[in-house]
Amino acid sequence: MTASSIRWFWYASPQTFFPLAGTIARWCGLAAALLAAAGLYVGLFIAPTDAQQGEAYRIIFIHVPAAWMSMFLYVVMACWAALGLAFNTRLSGMMASAIAPTGALFTFIALWTGSLWGKPTWGTWWVWDARLTSELILLFLYFGFMALQAAIDDPRRADRAGAVLAIVGVVNVPIIYYSVKWWNTLHQGASVSLTRAPSMAATMLTGMLLMALAFWLYSIAVTMVRVRCIIKEREA
Amino acid sequence: MLEAAGLECVRQQRVLFAGLGFALRNGESLRVAGPNGSGKTSLLRILCGLLLPSAGEVRWKGAPIRSLREDYSRQIVYLGHAPAVKDELTAGENLEIACRLAGLPFTGDSIAEALARFQVPQFSFIKKLSQGQRRRAALARLCLSESAPLWLLDEPFTALDAAGIELLKGLIAGHLGRGAMVVYSTHQDPGLAATQVLELA
Amino acid sequence: MLEAARCIVYRELLLALRRRSDVATALLFFVIVASLFPLGIGAEPNLLRSIAPGVIWVAALLSSMLSLGRLFAADHADGTLEQMLLGATPLGVVALAKTFAHWLVAGLPLVAIAPLIALQYDLPAALYGVLALSLALGTPVLSMIGAIGAALTLGLRGGGVLLALLVLPLYVPVLIVGAGAVEMAAAGLGAGAQLLLLGAALVLACAFAPWAIAAALRISME
Repeated sequence: MTASSIRWFWYASPQTFFPLAGTIARWCGLAAALLAAAGLYVGLFIAPTDAQQGEAYRIIFIHVPAAWMSMFLYVVMACWAALGLAFNTRLSGMMASAIAPTGALFTFIALWTGSLWGKPTWGTWWVWDARLTSELILLFLYFGFMALQAAIDDPRRADRAGAVLAIVGVVNVPIIYYSVKWWNTLHQGASVSLTRAPSMAATMLTGMLLMALAFWLYSIAVTMVRVRCIIKEREA
Repeated sequence: MLEAAGLECVRQQRVLFAGLGFALRNGESLRVAGPNGSGKTSLLRILCGLLLPSAGEVRWKGAPIRSLREDYSRQIVYLGHAPAVKDELTAGENLEIACRLAGLPFTGDSIAEALARFQVPQFSFIKKLSQGQRRRAALARLCLSESAPLWLLDEPFTALDAAGIELLKGLIAGHLGRGAMVVYSTHQDPGLAATQVLELA
Repeated sequence: MLEAARCIVYRELLLALRRRSDVATALLFFVIVASLFPLGIGAEPNLLRSIAPGVIWVAALLSSMLSLGRLFAADHADGTLEQMLLGATPLGVVALAKTFAHWLVAGLPLVAIAPLIALQYDLPAALYGVLALSLALGTPVLSMIGAIGAALTLGLRGGGVLLALLVLPLYVPVLIVGAGAVEMAAAGLGAGAQLLLLGAALVLACAFAPWAIAAALRISME
């Protein structure tokens, strides 16, 4: 037990983590590319055409995993931030700021593809659907986190201030989600919703899971590359 | 007893000082000297607990000040660079509120007396006072802080005239005579005998 | 501890009294913003009645955010905030007292003047009570969330705009539930659930916000 905890803190030092991050980035990047290729092949060629939505539905192979990642990454970011506040480790703050842009990217992709899907399906680029709206607010939360960190010159203050914001944000995310959902039921006349998923063929699910896994590995790889940049920047 | 061990301070990715340590006993004073930008203010802020050192720790009577928090705050008086008086309040109101928040005992008379000693008009608004008078209004708090066993004064002599400097020197000497500790920073020697001098480069 | 909290509230109110124009400015902002909407949308009474709760809430939210910049910045500049951090009182209590005072000065007047705006929007008189109550429960939450942002952006360049970026997304639930309360009452469905939710949010904010404000202040003051 003690041996393993020492090991963890050993890797919490940026210098020792730097080479490890390089290795992880390389392998995860490679695996992400392979899985994405497999996932796209399954999604675009093998999965059957949807009876109601035709070919347009295929965007869910990007949209749904991106939406998952966007929310999941915010939680991961907040966890790193909390770790940094609790143990005062430098690497935690670096990890949090390395994750933020990827999280924002996935949030943006989820919004973008949701909108692209909306046009043929609902006939409009944007609906104030509960999920889309909370994704939009999540994007604002990511932007706020990044803007705050960018405005602070001292890296230690940037890490710690960002950490407080991320923790406040992660407490708020479920509250925002449920309030938006309630607001949506209050206001939505004709009900259009992303929640009513069509019964899913097994190949669709396979494609989606492959893509989700690819996004996971991509996130890890990109975060590692970015954290290496941050380490170089700060420790130089 | 105030102890510092292995203090390191990094500001804007620049090491101001490292491996700094001292021990201050009752009735002793420490003068922190050094040119502008050498970290005098940072050291005082570390000593009062506003700034976390990047390495090392400060101990008060053997316990690290991080774990003492308000219990330590109650023991100290810190006067920083800014005079910490509000423009829209009178000198008297400022002093009263400062004492209340610091948990220092006071009466209406003791406030009037403290301000009179520093020749600050009690009922005039701070915004109407000169720079030196503002400084005096802030320093008047020391007259009511005799019960605090540690004073931390950041450049207390700036903007004061000769009479003000003498008055402050008298206050510091009196406080040391009561067996208390005083840490102060100056960039020039005010002609006050200090038990220890810490020269920051 | 209570003594110190009372002292801070007294101090803030005294300062606000000596800078009366600041308080009036935020209030005027609220009135002007709320008055602009009919000019932009048109004065069709039914439309105005239906957008009134949202407009009043958004205007209140912006106005309360506008005055947040002053919450800690002035005390930071003259060094009194440093003294509060080093005071005999736990910083969380100080933060709560300061935020409460901010609400008294910036939030409570909005609650009082909101029925006047509701009059402009021809809202039925029966809804004034719900509107005022929802604002009375919601604006303290806004003050507390805003105080976290104000503490985090203390002394930063572009602090005002940054503060808006940080704080506005976090305001969303309060806005939705607050405006929703009035809309539910307008639809004759009863606003009890929404008001209870706002109350719950207030309790939650009282429990957690002081901690976050204190942590943010300590970080920003280093």
